[in-house]
Amino acid sequence: MSLKSLIIIFFCFATRSIHAEELVAELSKDEVAITTNFNGSDIFIYGAVKRDSAIKPADKSDGPLEIVITVSGPLEKLQVRKKAKKTVIWMNSKTLEVDAAPSFYAVAATGNVADIISETEDLRHRISIKKAIRSVGNPGTVQDVDQFIDALIRIRQEQNLYHDLSNSVSLKDETLFATDVTLPANLVEGQYQIRIFLIRGGSIIDYFSTEVSINKVGIERFIYDLAHKSPLIYGLLSIFIAISAGWGASAAFRYVRL
Amino acid sequence: MQIYLPIAEMSVNAFLLLGLGGIVGVLSGMFGVGGGFLMTPLLFFIGIPPAVAVGTEANQIVGSSFSGFLAHFKRKNVDIKMGLVLLIGGLCGATIGIQIFALLRELGQVDLLVKLSYVIFLGIIGGLMFLESLRAIIRSKANHVRVIRKKHGWIYALPFKVKFRKSGLYISVLPPLAVGFFVGILSAIMGVGGGFIMVPAMIYLLGMPTKVVVGTSLFQIIFVTAFTTIMHATTNFTVDMALAFLLLVGGVLGAQIGTRIGLKLKAEQLRILLSLLVIAVCLKIAGDLVLQPSDLFSVDKGLSH
Repeated sequence: MSLKSLIIIFFCFATRSIHAEELVAELSKDEVAITTNFNGSDIFIYGAVKRDSAIKPADKSDGPLEIVITVSGPLEKLQVRKKAKKTVIWMNSKTLEVDAAPSFYAVAATGNVADIISETEDLRHRISIKKAIRSVGNPGTVQDVDQFIDALIRIRQEQNLYHDLSNSVSLKDETLFATDVTLPANLVEGQYQIRIFLIRGGSIIDYFSTEVSINKVGIERFIYDLAHKSPLIYGLLSIFIAISAGWGASAAFRYVRL
Repeated sequence: MQIYLPIAEMSVNAFLLLGLGGIVGVLSGMFGVGGGFLMTPLLFFIGIPPAVAVGTEANQIVGSSFSGFLAHFKRKNVDIKMGLVLLIGGLCGATIGIQIFALLRELGQVDLLVKLSYVIFLGIIGGLMFLESLRAIIRSKANHVRVIRKKHGWIYALPFKVKFRKSGLYISVLPPLAVGFFVGILSAIMGVGGGFIMVPAMIYLLGMPTKVVVGTSLFQIIFVTAFTTIMHATTNFTVDMALAFLLLVGGVLGAQIGTRIGLKLKAEQLRILLSLLVIAVCLKIAGDLVLQPSDLFSVDKGLSH
């Protein structure tokens, strides 16, 4: 266990003992199957805030209770490239190496994410979209790193892969909360991490994390596994299918014409 | 009807793929080109990752050229001997081309160089073909005399002469080997079968009769693209069977229709149409390179994943 997670656990326990507000949460599904006709999926995330006693005025003095929920796909290494005009041709000139960016990321909250959570908590837990992208070890070829990260976020928002879902979590009587996160059709398979943060006055007072596994099934699974585990057989099979289709069409046409 | 592609990892409308396959298939059957130089850019356009588009296209061309080849083979319009010589050159070229492709991918400039090769080769071939066919049409209209192509003296002076009976040629094996080799390199780099370069090369450089050119080039393309498919499947895992199958179903049907249309047209008309198509694609890609792109930024997935 890393030092960071120890700090998080310690932090959670420390705050819990003072505020005595705990999260109980559940998902509508903990598995998503990618089938041939997969066209995206919805995950309903809901739960409640558990308390030993009624809400004390001391709790309220810290500010209203807020919930932030993040859904993060598997991390991947990326290159963000920027084109520039060289004489007459537009070509890639600068590249930012991104060490780890989530393949999918959604952050939902009871209010505006930036207002609810303090800068330090955001940095520590990597909650906002911008903080969820890690590009620490990039070489000094790019000066304006922010511009590249913003471009990455913009491109992925256009592809429905990154979502800022501010004001989309409903919270009733500072107790019951729920939200809906839509997973698009262009999903990468893997373990998707879901984190729920309970926040008062910009600080996290409880934290809950779970995973949803998103996997290809059936013929999708079979093709993917064959392609990666026995590529030669896969290649030969692809050619066989192609030749059969070519021959089949030719034969079918001859039959129709004569 | 949406369908999830297992290797491209995205969901696409199945009818869109069938339609794309069909349209490109008609052109492929008409002109005896694999259609890759049209299909690969179209696949980029609908959002298929470029590496998957190139690998899958190779697989699709195997099927569509086989379908077209059968139609020509039945009409005995294939010079198998010439095809085999071109094939030997093609396999050597493809092996080298795949190495070049891998190198360019690491440099992050594969996109630019692929586009540049499209512009250069489509531009030269399309332009030359257009002028030549235009001249031929004007001449044949003027005096109704059958056009006799010039025979290139230096090609007939080369050693290792072989008789190609079907083509009615007695020439050295070196020029067809070189043509095959060169097309092999380009096919691996550009994700195409290479028919749009081989067809004019066979007509103008080797002096083959137009009638056997189409079938013979399809014959060579089947084997070179089958080889590239295996190379892409085993080294990059970028061949999407489901995508290839859908494009094929549309493509093979289209190719059959195209072959029949092609037989009804005159050789000069066929060539001028192909040259116009080639020039159009060339201009489109050249425009993309010269005009300011709507988005300066692009995202590449890590090469090692």
